[in-house]
Amino acid sequence: MDSVFIIEKSIIIVAVFALTMLMAMYSTWAERKVAAFLQDRVGPNRAGWGGLLQPLADGAKLFTKEEFFPNTPNKFLFILGPAIAMSTALITSAVIPWGDQIEVFGRKVALQATDIDVSILYIFGVLSIGVYGIMIGAWASNNKYSLMSAVRASSQMISYEVAMGLAMISILMMSGSLSLKDITVMQANDGWNIFYQPLAFLIFLICSFAETNRTPFDLAECESELIGGYHTEYSSMKMGFYLFAEYANMFISSTILAVVFLGGYHFPGMAWVNENWGINIGALLGFLTLFAKICFFIFFYMWVRWTIPRFRYDQLMHLGWKILIPLAVINIIITGIVMVLFN
Amino acid sequence: MSIQQISLSGRKMQVSNKEMSFLERIYVWTILKGLWTTLKHLFKRKVTIKYPEEVREMSKVARLQHMLMRDDQGRERCTACGLCALSCPAEAITMKAAERKPEEKNLYREEKYAEIYEINMLRCIFCGLCEEACPKEAIYLTTSKKIVASGYKRESFIYGKDKLVMPLDMAIKNTQSNTIQ
Ligand code: SF4
Ligand code: SF4
Repeated sequence: MDSVFIIEKSIIIVAVFALTMLMAMYSTWAERKVAAFLQDRVGPNRAGWGGLLQPLADGAKLFTKEEFFPNTPNKFLFILGPAIAMSTALITSAVIPWGDQIEVFGRKVALQATDIDVSILYIFGVLSIGVYGIMIGAWASNNKYSLMSAVRASSQMISYEVAMGLAMISILMMSGSLSLKDITVMQANDGWNIFYQPLAFLIFLICSFAETNRTPFDLAECESELIGGYHTEYSSMKMGFYLFAEYANMFISSTILAVVFLGGYHFPGMAWVNENWGINIGALLGFLTLFAKICFFIFFYMWVRWTIPRFRYDQLMHLGWKILIPLAVINIIITGIVMVLFN
Repeated sequence: MSIQQISLSGRKMQVSNKEMSFLERIYVWTILKGLWTTLKHLFKRKVTIKYPEEVREMSKVARLQHMLMRDDQGRERCTACGLCALSCPAEAITMKAAERKPEEKNLYREEKYAEIYEINMLRCIFCGLCEEACPKEAIYLTTSKKIVASGYKRESFIYGKDKLVMPLDMAIKNTQSNTIQ
């Protein structure tokens, strides 16, 4: 554990943090633009060129808004809610491999904050803690709509986490490792997982929509039924944190989808580039590839949001328990059989 | 044809409660179709008109911005009878009447005139009923094609006599052209 190592990791951590924040910020802008374009409008275009300064204006607005506290017996939990939501959204990115190694001053630096060998379990764990942010905040709001939203959010989370985990198992059977880095390397060698496991991809995709509370599964904050859901009573930057956490979560989910199913930073011809142009250029291209994949998924999230109406609550549960979970189990069995037959 | 089947808009559709087919029940295919529809809209021409940089094109017969007319001697026609305010469906007009002094005969045609005459342009719907109601042919909507200018203050949308009364030079021009004819 030398000091260079600590400096190196700190730089990566700060960079990843900044990237997540930046992406979350500009996702809000992109969301409006995409929404507008899909509805034949032009969207925000007053603050800066093409409305690019809109997120900053929003931030300034949220910071200067009145800080409102409802008549709640527990102010501490009321503040804890958004804090948990925000921090869990940010710490997931620690295990994402952003690229292969680069060489700085003769040192090989892995573009990853930490490569723990249970990355996937870690991500699942942190994602499930995220719902506590919603639950605690909603509970402390002392508002029936918030509470109902929290109940919905948590039951939705539980139902879809099962299917998500089961879909993941078929991937783990192929990779034999829980580390995201290993999964990426395996895909670089054998081809992307989406071609081997389209069903698992579909299940995982649907579940990540549910996990991030995005339409068509945004039952936790459906405006038409629950006012604003769990953040009804929140104002100012605490509300901003919730919204921000949603977008940060979206970014992280897109990243996981890209890493697990679309080969992460791998792009066709990566080995050739590494050999001929040096690994630094390879890593840079790899990072850009990953970034493009992430952006695609973020766009996909928004695209779906403005296409599909919200599911009814019973439909949501039906889909989760009666369709996705059996499908995921069948997928595991098929994967097992195929692996036994062809190995 | 029974009354139930007549469709005035030509868009009436018979609702069917038929069972969903397998493809529809697994959602995926229908969702893809939906995504395709929205994707097409991504590249469509946007309908937004970026007011105030762009202004919507007006029809030839459009009548906007009111004007309080002067007669052929340049005197204000309005007698502050209040019929326009009464007829206004948006309740946009207010006024205050005053009595004409003997030395003001060249300014106001009638003995009673509007000292204050205000139209709230945020309320006005340009229906033209004020014009129809006026017994003195004093208020008209003009073909000037001028849309109410955007502003940040509510006060800037309340147009007083300074903005509404026909400008003097225009009145002079009108008078001259009248005499030539
Ligand atoms: S045009 Fe219609 S709405 Fe406008 S001031 Fe006249 S009567 Fe009122
Ligand atoms: S504009 Fe016409 S209707 Fe209105 S107060 Fe004057 S004279 Fe009467």
